[in-house]
Amino acid sequence: MAAHAPGAGSGSGCSGAGRDTPSAPGAAMADGPVADVLLRRLEAADGGLDSAELAAELGVEHQAVVGAVKSLQALGEIIEAELRSTKRWELTAEGEEIAREGSHEARVFRSVPPEGLAQSELMRLPSGKVGFSKAMSNKWIRVDKSAADGPRVFRVVDSMEDDVQRRLQLVRGGQAEKLAEKERSELRKRKLLTEVTLKTYWVSKGSAFSTSVSKQEAELSPEMISSGSWRDRPFKPYNFSARGVLPDSGHLHPLLKVRTQFRQIFLEMGFTEMPTDNFIESSFWNFDALFQPQQHPARDQHDTFFLQDPAEALQLPMDYVHRVKRTHSQGGYGSQGYKYTWKLDEARKNLLRTHTTAASARALYRLARKKPFTPIKYFSIDRVFRNETLDATHLAEFHQIEGVVADHGLTLGHLMGVLREFFTKLGITQLRFKPAYNPYTEPSMEVFSYHQGLKKWVEVGNSGLFRPEMLLPMGLPENVSVIAWGLSLERQREPPVPRP
Amino acid sequence: GKEQGDKKGGGASDVVLYKIDVPANRYDLLCLEGLVRGLQVFKERIKAPLYKRVMPNGEIQKLIITEETAKIRPYAVAAVLRNIKFTKDRYDSFIELQEKLHQNICRKRALVAIGAHDLDSLSGPFTFTAKRPSDIKFKPLSKTKEYTACELMNIYKTDNHLKHYLHIIENKPLYPVIYDSNGVVLSMPPIINGNHSKITLNTRNVFIECTGTDFTKAKIVLDIIVTMFSEYCENQFTVEAAEVVFPNGKSYTFPELAYRKEMVRADLINKKVGIRETPENLAKLLTRMCLKSEVIGDGNQIEIEIPPTRADIIHACDIVEDAAIAYGYNNIQMTLPKTYTIANQFPLNKLTELLRHDMAAAGFTEALTFALCSQEDIADKLGVDISATKAVHISNPKTAEFQVARTTLLPGLLKTIAANRKMPLPLKLFEISDIVVKDSSRDVGARNYRHLCAVYYNKNPGFEIIHGLLDRIMQLLDVPPGEKKGGYVIKASEGPAFFPGRCAEVFARGQSIGKLGVLHPDVITKFELTMPCSSLEINIEPFL
Repeated sequence: MAAHAPGAGSGSGCSGAGRDTPSAPGAAMADGPVADVLLRRLEAADGGLDSAELAAELGVEHQAVVGAVKSLQALGEIIEAELRSTKRWELTAEGEEIAREGSHEARVFRSVPPEGLAQSELMRLPSGKVGFSKAMSNKWIRVDKSAADGPRVFRVVDSMEDDVQRRLQLVRGGQAEKLAEKERSELRKRKLLTEVTLKTYWVSKGSAFSTSVSKQEAELSPEMISSGSWRDRPFKPYNFSARGVLPDSGHLHPLLKVRTQFRQIFLEMGFTEMPTDNFIESSFWNFDALFQPQQHPARDQHDTFFLQDPAEALQLPMDYVHRVKRTHSQGGYGSQGYKYTWKLDEARKNLLRTHTTAASARALYRLARKKPFTPIKYFSIDRVFRNETLDATHLAEFHQIEGVVADHGLTLGHLMGVLREFFTKLGITQLRFKPAYNPYTEPSMEVFSYHQGLKKWVEVGNSGLFRPEMLLPMGLPENVSVIAWGLSLERQREPPVPRP
Repeated sequence: GKEQGDKKGGGASDVVLYKIDVPANRYDLLCLEGLVRGLQVFKERIKAPLYKRVMPNGEIQKLIITEETAKIRPYAVAAVLRNIKFTKDRYDSFIELQEKLHQNICRKRALVAIGAHDLDSLSGPFTFTAKRPSDIKFKPLSKTKEYTACELMNIYKTDNHLKHYLHIIENKPLYPVIYDSNGVVLSMPPIINGNHSKITLNTRNVFIECTGTDFTKAKIVLDIIVTMFSEYCENQFTVEAAEVVFPNGKSYTFPELAYRKEMVRADLINKKVGIRETPENLAKLLTRMCLKSEVIGDGNQIEIEIPPTRADIIHACDIVEDAAIAYGYNNIQMTLPKTYTIANQFPLNKLTELLRHDMAAAGFTEALTFALCSQEDIADKLGVDISATKAVHISNPKTAEFQVARTTLLPGLLKTIAANRKMPLPLKLFEISDIVVKDSSRDVGARNYRHLCAVYYNKNPGFEIIHGLLDRIMQLLDVPPGEKKGGYVIKASEGPAFFPGRCAEVFARGQSIGKLGVLHPDVITKFELTMPCSSLEINIEPFL
């Protein structure tokens, strides 16, 4: 059942329960007795009638009459209703009590017998404290302080007029206008009266006035269709300004939808997905294989999660490890090296991978071992880990997007060309490149795109050609270049709704 | 160049302040002297200076290293800046460069520490040795009396700057220390210098020592300081040599100030960058980057001189990058590589993608939860002992949230529900992602498994709904119900996380792949939940 439908919202098993779903106007009331009475009274009335007066006459809540008015309005030109607001004086709860029982001062006066009353006793009466001072200032009573057993109260007059009670009774009888402005405001200050605004309808006959409004059908039913009775029945109108009921469905995570979009882009560009289902990595594959020196700050306890158990890698490809060791400590392959004492223990240390480039290194090593060399395009999108304390701008885990192309004779211009195509598919067309430093790429470039919202250039990724000191120990041919780039999935925006 | 310059301060002038990003390996651009020199050479207003090591007229300054240093700080290098003229700005820049090097290449003084001294207040030869802390006593920089090394380490515990370096020597039996021939303490590296030899604006001759655990980096740091500040010496860009005698008796002269020649073919640069410049143009571009170059031999060969300021140039690819930077990255013509490849998805991710969409279509909403969590999440809260989980443990987490890698996806989903308790019931969540367990058959001793987990949280446990989801998943994977080969069944089982009698094990294709059931009330309570909940968790790798 749609929320637009008359009488909707009653127990349809929709999962949107509790959602802000305005139901159709009180259609059920249009058929109620109040509406019928209203139409009959209106037929007899001269000109029109007031909704509040009708409610009073019928002894129903004013809201019930308002409901009937609204439902009749929804049927078209049956009636006309004009909203009026009137101000009215009403008694407060205390005012009601006084109108019934008399003012506090009158009650005090009445409780003093001709022989007088001890003041202490009088003060204990319910109206004692409030009534005493008023009765004194009205000069109805007096106090004899010289009495034998403490101050005693005596009547001054034999009878008195309780004006407060009389005035409140007038207001209760709907004759507040008979009181002077001053009298009303005094009663209001004593919190006996209050002024309320009442919204009422002045109802008159509409151009299609009729007392016999036939009962309208809420919805088309199978029976009406088979019997054909729908032809003769009026139907209640829908409320098209109401909201629909959300479909009952599950959802994909927004960030992972972006991941799907990036996978799609890479696949469209002919990139093959690398296996990255190993969160645990050795320092060797995460750093050493990438020619990242062992004293590099990224290898610090403050930046990387190291493992206590299993603390060390069990196996490393030792031939290759020795080539890596030599390149770091002594150089080779045309490199000076870093000239420091490279330690195997440091390379064995297990960690939670700090980048998916570790997986790229494994993939390139596998590629290097396959002869002859075949050009490749690889990508991956997966989790990486950094030893951070969580806050609004730092995550200890996030997703890295990485693209890699290995072929003979690739250039920086090729890297920029691939990046241009890649970002164009994301809707980013204005790109700029800036020199940067990365331990494992040379040349290196930071990629910036122009952000229309921020009106400035923002960094969108990092890229470069992998260093020969990383590629040659793996056994890749010397004239093969490998271009690579990386970006963070968390920094990308959600893709637009897909269109066919 | 000062980094305070991002925002205009109150009442500041309208002078435009530039923020300059210096790559982490360009130590020669860390001070104003080097930066201006680099820009002047690039704009071809000056030629790159030739830095020269000279022998003194009199006796050479000597630094003798004793064998006690071997276990704590075995290396030292030294040099003298003779007849230097400081001004306030130059002096400040000199101090700031040392600080930047300490933070950067010196790895917070752990690898190298720098000391600069007024040579005229000292008398050589100098001795670099290591002594018991209680035997070292001197007046340190900006203190008025003498302290022992033990006392100093205590005093500096509350010093916001120095407290970060104490750990480097704190627990060692011997501390490194440098004396002059009269027993005056020059410095106790890497913590503090002595006050006696403090340099001032009036200092004319500066003795610089760099001590450390990495010889190569100590030499680079010394080269950088003397090449930058020899500009202010009477004989510009000359540095007076000092001799360092090692415990084995061998002596070396520093600074090295080595110039190295590299040969790179012009077509290699063009091929790596993707440009077509003449060898002459390329040589000019490199010369502007302070790499003096000329075309030699067959006219295609470029000879490049690597100055002592450019320790970052260790391979031809570094020279190629400098040529590309000088050419301007944004001037390079973008082209597409002709690399022809057929794309393949990683089968496990392909299966995951297919299942994710069908799980959402089945009315479950995808969650993305952290792979790291506390021991409590995967053990205590699920009624399991941590030793039974085969979990991988992290040695250095900053908080308890990162003690282990998850061995199950369930805690993450339950925490997601706890964070979304205000949402209308029922809550139906799923996640398909990796868990990690120890596995000695893998090279690193651990491996991932791709799990699928789903939970149903409502006023009723809804076992039939989770069970129905399993049936749907099996239908999608083309696994028929039944015991026969290739089919799947669920069998009554037990598990500490489940309510007794409400747990079943899932068998598919002849192996156990996981469990489903109604969660135990203790589990629900421990995850701060209040409603019944049923869950399913299976390994999807057998369906590849």
